[in-house]
Amino acid sequence: MQAKSAMTSAMNSATPASTLKAVQAAKVGGKSGGKAALFGLPELQHWHRVMLEMRRFEEKAAALYQQKAIQGFCHLYIGQEAVAAGLKATSQADEFGGDDFITSYRCHALGLVCGLSMLEVMGELTGRVVGISKGKGGSMHMFEPSKGFWGGHGIVAAQVPLGAGIAFARKYEAEVLGQANTRVSFTLIGDGAMNAGQVFETFNMAALWQLPVVFVIENNQYGMGTSVPRAAAGELWKRGEPFGIPGEKVDGMDFLAVAEAGKRAADHCRAGKGPYLLEMDTYRYRGNSMSDPAKYRTRDDVENVRDSRDPIARLQQQLMTEHGMKESYFDEVDEAVKAAVNQCAEEALAAPQPGESELWTDVYPS
Amino acid sequence: MPQQSVREAIRDAMSEEMRADKRVFLIGEEVADYQGAYKCSQGMVQEFGDKRVIDTPIAELGFTGIAVGAGMAGLRPIVEYMTWNFALLATDHILNSAAKTLYMSGGKVGCPIVFRGLNGVAAHVAAQHSQDFANWYMNIPGLKVVAPSNAADAKGLLKAAIRDDSPVVVLEHEVLYGHMGEVPEGDYITPIGKANVARAGTDVSIFAYSMMTVKALAAAEELAKQGISAEVVDLRSLRPLDVAAIKASVSKTHRAVVLEETWAAAGVGAEIMATISDHAWDELDAPVLRLSQLPVPLPYASNLETKCVPQVDDIVREVIALVGGQR
Repeated sequence: MQAKSAMTSAMNSATPASTLKAVQAAKVGGKSGGKAALFGLPELQHWHRVMLEMRRFEEKAAALYQQKAIQGFCHLYIGQEAVAAGLKATSQADEFGGDDFITSYRCHALGLVCGLSMLEVMGELTGRVVGISKGKGGSMHMFEPSKGFWGGHGIVAAQVPLGAGIAFARKYEAEVLGQANTRVSFTLIGDGAMNAGQVFETFNMAALWQLPVVFVIENNQYGMGTSVPRAAAGELWKRGEPFGIPGEKVDGMDFLAVAEAGKRAADHCRAGKGPYLLEMDTYRYRGNSMSDPAKYRTRDDVENVRDSRDPIARLQQQLMTEHGMKESYFDEVDEAVKAAVNQCAEEALAAPQPGESELWTDVYPS
Repeated sequence: MPQQSVREAIRDAMSEEMRADKRVFLIGEEVADYQGAYKCSQGMVQEFGDKRVIDTPIAELGFTGIAVGAGMAGLRPIVEYMTWNFALLATDHILNSAAKTLYMSGGKVGCPIVFRGLNGVAAHVAAQHSQDFANWYMNIPGLKVVAPSNAADAKGLLKAAIRDDSPVVVLEHEVLYGHMGEVPEGDYITPIGKANVARAGTDVSIFAYSMMTVKALAAAEELAKQGISAEVVDLRSLRPLDVAAIKASVSKTHRAVVLEETWAAAGVGAEIMATISDHAWDELDAPVLRLSQLPVPLPYASNLETKCVPQVDDIVREVIALVGGQR
């Protein structure tokens, strides 16, 4: 729990009003007492595997990009797996309508965690007809509303009002259409997007209208090549405060911390108390996209994070120390995941490109 | 048929559709308590309540994004802009979110939404509040664009737009809001994509939309006195364009004039001229004439403002020259 206590002390340097909220938040989410209640061993094994699938999938995407089998932009999620996995892990089960998820162009892993198959995502990355968007969206544009996955948006910060709009629809369905509805919109926001005007516009309206939206800032420390302190005045997790939106900073490299915070935030929304804001302190190991050599930081910077905070290694360590699991189990899982990833890549590359008739479909609804 | 103002026709279109479908709601600045900046939503919050007639802060980009998100998720929003000049701030969501997502998602995420508000040359409000954006939006695949010129079409096109599963841009005109016209009773729909021959003629076709149709009809009246039979084709829909109607009219009169409030460069007129060139070249007895706003920001002073935009006298003079073979 070192990371958590370090964070709490960091929060204590904040202004008095913020400090109170932060300390309260740290208390609620704090000690591991609640963690055992959230997940049993099978669930933890499952989510470990899910994160590993994201990691190996993205590594394969990087390799295929080098081979030019994937082209254009390709923004990888490597390092940030605990955020998508932790949020999904405590979101509402599908039998209750599921929750809604929306993000930026860094969307492959969120799609996987929402239930897209590896082939549907890899097919899209490689521009094949088996892709979730039939090859017409590419790396940045994947959607599956039936699974609560709303993309996949290429303009920085555009997904923020869209995500609030989905929450608006859920509230409207309950209040005007009379449908039972407790769905929450998890709206993921990169740290770079946090400085765009529409984010503040959206915070204002989400608070005014008490929309059930959890704004999740994925602070991976760099908006392309600009570090957060060079782009953002003040702290990101406090940016909801003027609007009365509770906020907290979470160790985004800790699956359990993310899951707990996600549940806390979603419970707040489901109780009709309006939006909630979480800043996930995370890190991307690769460049902003495949075309970014990431010269704005050193190799050591990345290695230090990988060695000390890696979300997958961390959950593996917890499973080994707290549940007595053996290294061999993790090796087997890794082999199986790699095989699945390789197979999806082979299938994607063997699939045809979309037929020319696809050029003209989906411009207008049929 | 009862007489109604354009603004009443707009209100009735929205109200009737909101009675018929609870997923339809109105959102924008001053649409509820204030009853609409131009009173197009008079009485609506009283009837439908503030959950369905929603006042927003002055934040076009944000509330447009929220409305588009709600549309993607299954509602049918009507977004009112106080003017299309302010919608410039929201263009990203109109273009990148509403118009493109159906395609980018391979058909999985559509957005049935109406973006409406006043457009075109208003009276004495200077350059930032006075511009015709028709050509901006008719350029975009995934959008439909309509621009009514009278009360009946204001109602019929808006009702069609609300029922359409595509995002539809509805360009209204401030000067027309108070114009009275006959509006058919009952569930009156004007299909999107169909032009209307507002006045039949044989010597020349005048293609126009919105306020320019009103001027074209006045010009045709004057031209008739001078022995020229002008046909006025009210385009009504700018995307999709009614190519068949354009072709049919040019084939009948063999001369064409296009009126627009946009600037000429890459404007509505340019598109109509290209359409005529593509589909009716052999029918032309004269070059196509285009009358547009002068290529300057619209000035405030009334003499300069008047000079900037094609007026009835200008249309009459230019059509006479065209028909007389002086063009």
